[in-house]
Amino acid sequence: MVASGQARQATGLAGSERSELPEDQERRLSVAFEATIAGDSRIEPRDWMPKRYRATLIRQIAQHAHSEIIGMQPEGAWIRRAPTLRRKAILLAKVQDEAGHGLYLYAAAETLGVDRAELTEKLITGKQKYSSIFNYPTLSFADVGVIGWLVDGAAICNQIPLCRCSYGPYARAMIRICKEESFHQRQGYELLLAMMGGTEAQQAMVQDAVNRWWWPSLMMFGPPDAESPNTARSMAWRIKRHTNDELRQRFVDMTAPQAAALGVTLPDPQLRWNPDRQAHDYGTPNWAELTQLIAGADPHNTQRLPHRQAAHHNGTWVREAATAHAAKHPGSAP
Amino acid sequence: MTPDIPPIERAERGNPAAETPLSPLNAGVGSGWGLFEVFVRGKRGLNHVHVGSLHAADAEMALHSARDLYTRRNEGVSIWVVPATAITASSPQEKDPFFAPSGDKIYRHPTFYAIPDNVPHL
Repeated sequence: MVASGQARQATGLAGSERSELPEDQERRLSVAFEATIAGDSRIEPRDWMPKRYRATLIRQIAQHAHSEIIGMQPEGAWIRRAPTLRRKAILLAKVQDEAGHGLYLYAAAETLGVDRAELTEKLITGKQKYSSIFNYPTLSFADVGVIGWLVDGAAICNQIPLCRCSYGPYARAMIRICKEESFHQRQGYELLLAMMGGTEAQQAMVQDAVNRWWWPSLMMFGPPDAESPNTARSMAWRIKRHTNDELRQRFVDMTAPQAAALGVTLPDPQLRWNPDRQAHDYGTPNWAELTQLIAGADPHNTQRLPHRQAAHHNGTWVREAATAHAAKHPGSAP
Repeated sequence: MTPDIPPIERAERGNPAAETPLSPLNAGVGSGWGLFEVFVRGKRGLNHVHVGSLHAADAEMALHSARDLYTRRNEGVSIWVVPATAITASSPQEKDPFFAPSGDKIYRHPTFYAIPDNVPHL
């Protein structure tokens, strides 16, 4: 009954094989799937799932993983220029975490029947996207702090609800990631506090970085709800738990008092507390700029990918050497 | 603390290194290296728990990578890496019949037995 050959045959790889199931069986599996979702339980890798659910998750998890991997670059650029050994050690740990987050997520994506090699290839050939936020340049060391505070802060806002995502492996990866992101955000804020306690020039650097990163951070939550056609489907499947605008509002409300404590101004003249809504009113991001970024009009889009390609290419000999070493010691390779 | 049932559908792919030529695009990013499932013992006295998976050329490399990937913050005192191909799992399709033998045996639970309230230590 549990012979592995049979079990593997019974699970199959991807949705395509499922489509050959008899219609009544597929209907029965679909009812079980919907009941699991409705009961707020988790879908696990070997469960039957609709093809679109699988495809949506693969796309979302892959893009998320790619973003973590590309996300090492803007801050990695400052490791060698960090002002103190302490800041350098922190930055190294943070960039190493981003690599780890990418790997947890690739592992989660693989449970859906894709191969990491395939995903890596799609990233470095530009067939799959990563978050546009990482195409913005990091012009000063204050950017390192602001990325931790605002960009990682927005990421945490987005990701905490994903810890309850209906797909088990993704949710579990997100729990690990969220724990580690908290360090990222706090080190960023602490870095900015130190700079705000410094010279006028340092304070000006912080304000300049905040001015450049505030709107891109707001855009990380995705388009307004009215222009986000996939949100309803993802929420019905409990992949998403909140709409883009709900999460954006939450981020603004969390960040405004942090900005005040830091002594910086968020670059939005419309930003103010609205006692009627018990929330902050705020302005509209420049969505045309984001569209341009996604279309690849920004020069950094043309830097991040070649850098990733070069890193992959430069690692080839290491991978080949490890494979050759394993071949000489048979028995330890699976 | 139920460990995940490792996703066996990945295991059937085995290690295709032999037939897949290495190239800068696929070398060592999964197509050449086998998949290992990783189990970590959080501290002495606890079971090893499944935490995720990774690709490695061999078991020793898998252990080192698992340390770097899954225990950067003292999350473990011991790690097991297991080739995904070595794991046999029950099939979710058989869920009901497979686990049925224990389903109707409520007398295996202590709460099945009614004991008067005035009887101590039971």
